[in-house]
Amino acid sequence: MSGAVSSYTTRHLQALFGAAGRLVRSPLATLLTLIVIGVALALPAGLALFVNNLRVATGDLSNTVDFTVHFKLGTPLERVRQIASSAAERPGVASVTVTTADEALEEFKQASGFGDALAALKDNPLPHHLTVKPNRNASGPAEVESLRRYFAAFPEVEIVQLDLDWVRRLHSLLEVLRRSLWVIVAVLGLAVLAVIGNTIRLEIQQRRPEIEVTKLVGGSNAFVRRPFLYTGIFYGLGGALFAALIVVGGMAYLDQAVQELAAQYGGGFRMVGLGPQGLGILAGIGVVLGWFGALISTGRHLRRIEPRA
Amino acid sequence: MIVFDNVAKRYPNGREALAGVSFNIQPGEFVFLTGRSGAGKSSVLKLIALLERPTRGTVTVGGQNTSKLRSGKIPAYRRAIGVVFQDHKLLLDRPIYDNVALPLVVAGTPYKEVDRRVRAALDQVGLLGRERSAPTELSVGEQQRVGIARAVISKPQLLIADEPTGNLDPALAVEVMLVFKRFQEVGVTVVIASHDPHLVETFGEREIVLDGGRLAADTLHAAAAKRMTATAPRLADLPDIRT
Repeated sequence: MSGAVSSYTTRHLQALFGAAGRLVRSPLATLLTLIVIGVALALPAGLALFVNNLRVATGDLSNTVDFTVHFKLGTPLERVRQIASSAAERPGVASVTVTTADEALEEFKQASGFGDALAALKDNPLPHHLTVKPNRNASGPAEVESLRRYFAAFPEVEIVQLDLDWVRRLHSLLEVLRRSLWVIVAVLGLAVLAVIGNTIRLEIQQRRPEIEVTKLVGGSNAFVRRPFLYTGIFYGLGGALFAALIVVGGMAYLDQAVQELAAQYGGGFRMVGLGPQGLGILAGIGVVLGWFGALISTGRHLRRIEPRA
Repeated sequence: MIVFDNVAKRYPNGREALAGVSFNIQPGEFVFLTGRSGAGKSSVLKLIALLERPTRGTVTVGGQNTSKLRSGKIPAYRRAIGVVFQDHKLLLDRPIYDNVALPLVVAGTPYKEVDRRVRAALDQVGLLGRERSAPTELSVGEQQRVGIARAVISKPQLLIADEPTGNLDPALAVEVMLVFKRFQEVGVTVVIASHDPHLVETFGEREIVLDGGRLAADTLHAAAAKRMTATAPRLADLPDIRT
């Protein structure tokens, strides 16, 4: 049993080192192939990071957007406080602040500069109002809308003021970006498959005599195919590392500009990088694409090579 | 060991290489396959090595009907047969060692074992110490012997060779034939296609003559076999091959 396992391992190690050696022996061709695959993988990886960062950034922004619930004039303060405290219990609500009519008037006086004119009024024209801050994880348009309905349902509530439109637009935009990401992933994934498949095809043609002789002395299709599969995996993995370099380099270049932009929105936003997880996913996609491209190519071209004496 | 039963082979281009050939080769025989070029010698060898399948009739090798062998089993079948080609089919960009080791490598033999057997095989053909040479650094006769080392490294019970001395001068041809002869002496069945009547006369025990795709003669060279005993002491000087 251990003999069978070690012979299996031996064969794989042979194929692995054989493939690696062949790639190293033609460094320029290998490098060019890796760059092509790297660029093809860097585009979707970069876009995925962009969408991810945008989501994190707008998550912060929509969190800073509160909405205001205005009560009808003459609603007793007791009732307002009651609604405020029960609303604060709701999931999706981070905090509810009560502003009484008097406080509102005071604020308005100071903010507007109409202090004297307002002093001439006999009654306070302003109603009590609540400032509601939605939870960070419940700031999507649907959650905010259901919160709005909740407050609007009270007969005492005059109007719920919130600017949902831009939140909605932003989320639609993110959705469009996310879907185009999948389209790009699919298209460029195909491109990577084609590049690797074609590279392997050329190598198969180049090594045709060797393949014939190998089959002649009893090499199975699996044996002949194995080094090509490893070659594909190496191409995919190397391409993924190139893509990671491109993405990391691009982010380093953008970092300064993004910091300045974020500062203007008053946020201490920091870009989310690839991270070990992203790097793992990228490498995994590279390996799978490389292996699959090689599998398709060998499946199409290797079988046709049969030894002729 | 090898049974041809009314075998015909017609190639896709319409050429009929064999038209109903029957013969039977016993284990341990040393057989020459002769005839003019185009007589069907190569086709017989290709059918044995399963590079081709018969159009009609059956080819049975080691009890296995080759027409009934599934394609997935062909590699294992080929590993059990040693084949020597006229153009030796060596990989010119690989050292001798890699060329000889190839049949063991495809079989997944452990490295230590490969190493030992490559040296033993090269020793048998008198090329020990040339492991690191490139095939192009060797003479034609030496290249042919590398081909033989590769063919025998898996210790096959059947060794077939297509004009193995075709490119060699008479002295080298005899040298290569002696190598084949030694394998037969340890029980390996040897089938050699050759159009060199001198060699057949010197070494031949049995000669199957083909003509135009048909069996023309199947003769035993009793006299030649006797002459062979004269060379026996020389053979004994060569290293043991079954190590």
